[in-house]
Amino acid sequence: MDAHGIITALAPIVPGTVYEAGASVDFATLYVPANRLVETCLALRDTPSLRFTALVEVTAADYFPRDPRFEVVYHLLSIPNRLRLRLKVRANETGSVPTVQDVWPSAGWLEREVWDMFGIVFEGHPDLRRLLMPEDWEGHPQRKDYPVQIRKPAQTYEPLEISEEEFKANLQRDRTRRMAH
Amino acid sequence: MAELRTETMTVNMGPQHPSTHGVLRLVLELDGEVIRSLRPTIGYLHTGIEKTAEQKKWQQVVPLVERMDYLGAQSNSLAYALSVEKLLGLEMPQRVRDIRVLIAELQRIASHLIWLGTHALEIGAVSMLFYAIRERELIMNINELVAGFRFFPSYFRIGGLREDLPRGFHEAVNAFLDRFPAKIDEFEGLLSKNDIFMRRTQGVGVVSADAALAWGLVGPIARASGVDYDVRKYFPYSGYETYDFEVPTEREGDVYARYRVRMRELRESVTICRQAITRIPSTGAWACDDPRVVPPPKDKVYTEMEALIQHFLIYSQGFTVPAGDAYVPVEGPRGEHGVYVVSDGTNRPWRIKMRAPSLLAIQALPTLVDAGLIADVVAVIGSTDVVMGDCDR
Repeated sequence: MDAHGIITALAPIVPGTVYEAGASVDFATLYVPANRLVETCLALRDTPSLRFTALVEVTAADYFPRDPRFEVVYHLLSIPNRLRLRLKVRANETGSVPTVQDVWPSAGWLEREVWDMFGIVFEGHPDLRRLLMPEDWEGHPQRKDYPVQIRKPAQTYEPLEISEEEFKANLQRDRTRRMAH
Repeated sequence: MAELRTETMTVNMGPQHPSTHGVLRLVLELDGEVIRSLRPTIGYLHTGIEKTAEQKKWQQVVPLVERMDYLGAQSNSLAYALSVEKLLGLEMPQRVRDIRVLIAELQRIASHLIWLGTHALEIGAVSMLFYAIRERELIMNINELVAGFRFFPSYFRIGGLREDLPRGFHEAVNAFLDRFPAKIDEFEGLLSKNDIFMRRTQGVGVVSADAALAWGLVGPIARASGVDYDVRKYFPYSGYETYDFEVPTEREGDVYARYRVRMRELRESVTICRQAITRIPSTGAWACDDPRVVPPPKDKVYTEMEALIQHFLIYSQGFTVPAGDAYVPVEGPRGEHGVYVVSDGTNRPWRIKMRAPSLLAIQALPTLVDAGLIADVVAVIGSTDVVMGDCDR
């Protein structure tokens, strides 16, 4: 099934959405508007003629200085129908893309990685923290305007100094917190 | 009697823990020996390979991607080469396809042997590691014979192979294939009916077929839950459709089923290797004949001006790849390996993204462990066969 076949199959289920077939050399590619992404994904997963039950990859590409600069790329797999599909969602620095974690739980960490590397916000993601870079890292390394060689001073920490009273208070605080659960 | 006051205990497992296959950190919340919650933390081995690749020429990326999943090195470079060849529109000669299949299957055997040795070691069968590593050493020797490098041969190149097969290649591979099936029997004799091993693995870390797909665990983990998906059968590449082999599946979805699947995969890989080695003639093409990508033969470089110029261009500027993107998956030892490449039409990649089966497996660890015992965590991690180099890239 090529991109146009998939668009035809989707049209009655997600009415009023304008899909755009993308150029590709391997398998069908669809551009999906960000505000209809979740509905489209649910339709792709549940329609019997499509049945994209697995999300194998979420990534992004930065086409700086084009606007919108990012494309978020989803690779879907339908085992019953032996199909692959690539979804693309355009995003810019200020906008956001809805999370598809409720459709495929595997999106959780993949979207976290995209946020970590590109700074694309996934709206509704319950745990959008850094995945690969340290928690206190600044910037998003896979962006094209992020320098390749950076001179970052080595991070050092002062030894933790704590008085006996503070230590006892900390223990007590942890204990009450645990009892509350 | 007054109600007993219980507290959960938070235990930090890793990042320097021998059974986490590298630098994986788990924060466990324990209620006695029962796991209440498990939170994996990754990123300790992040080396920015994808960012580095954007600064290299197309061919220079091959050694880089091999260093991602360092146990299944050549399935990474196969996926990368196939993706770029898709963009270039190159077709490989039959001999190159067969050699690629053979070497990819040997790599799968080598990777599964490391998994077998470390997995059994963690469960308590310490001697398995020595038996498994001894057999893997023979495959490393074949790598050394082929490319001069044991771990990361970089033998698959865009446009074919780096050079022709060396003398003695067929003999070395045949010697290994003749020896190895008896060794699989030996391994299975040591483990498959081993009471301790079975008690530690049966019914542990169960995942259903639907959950395996939802968490994206396509590969041996999903096959152990009854999903017969194998890229080699569903989306054949490099001529796998012409080979006669089976895709092993199990129904139980526990650690023992994953062990059974991988052991049977070892046997299937041997079958594929036997078919491939009989198909490969001792001389013939080792690259496609596209002058854009493959440098001209050395005798022409010394005698013809055009060949010299072409040689110089390929080694100084590299070649350009038409603009576009491609994703070609291959069945790696850990599941679906794929490289998403984006080209802007220049001699360097615009974006390289490796699909990491280990990342998804670690993401699903809380689901796999699910209220198990602390001792099961080690068995479950071993059964997912994660490689942190693949996970963190």
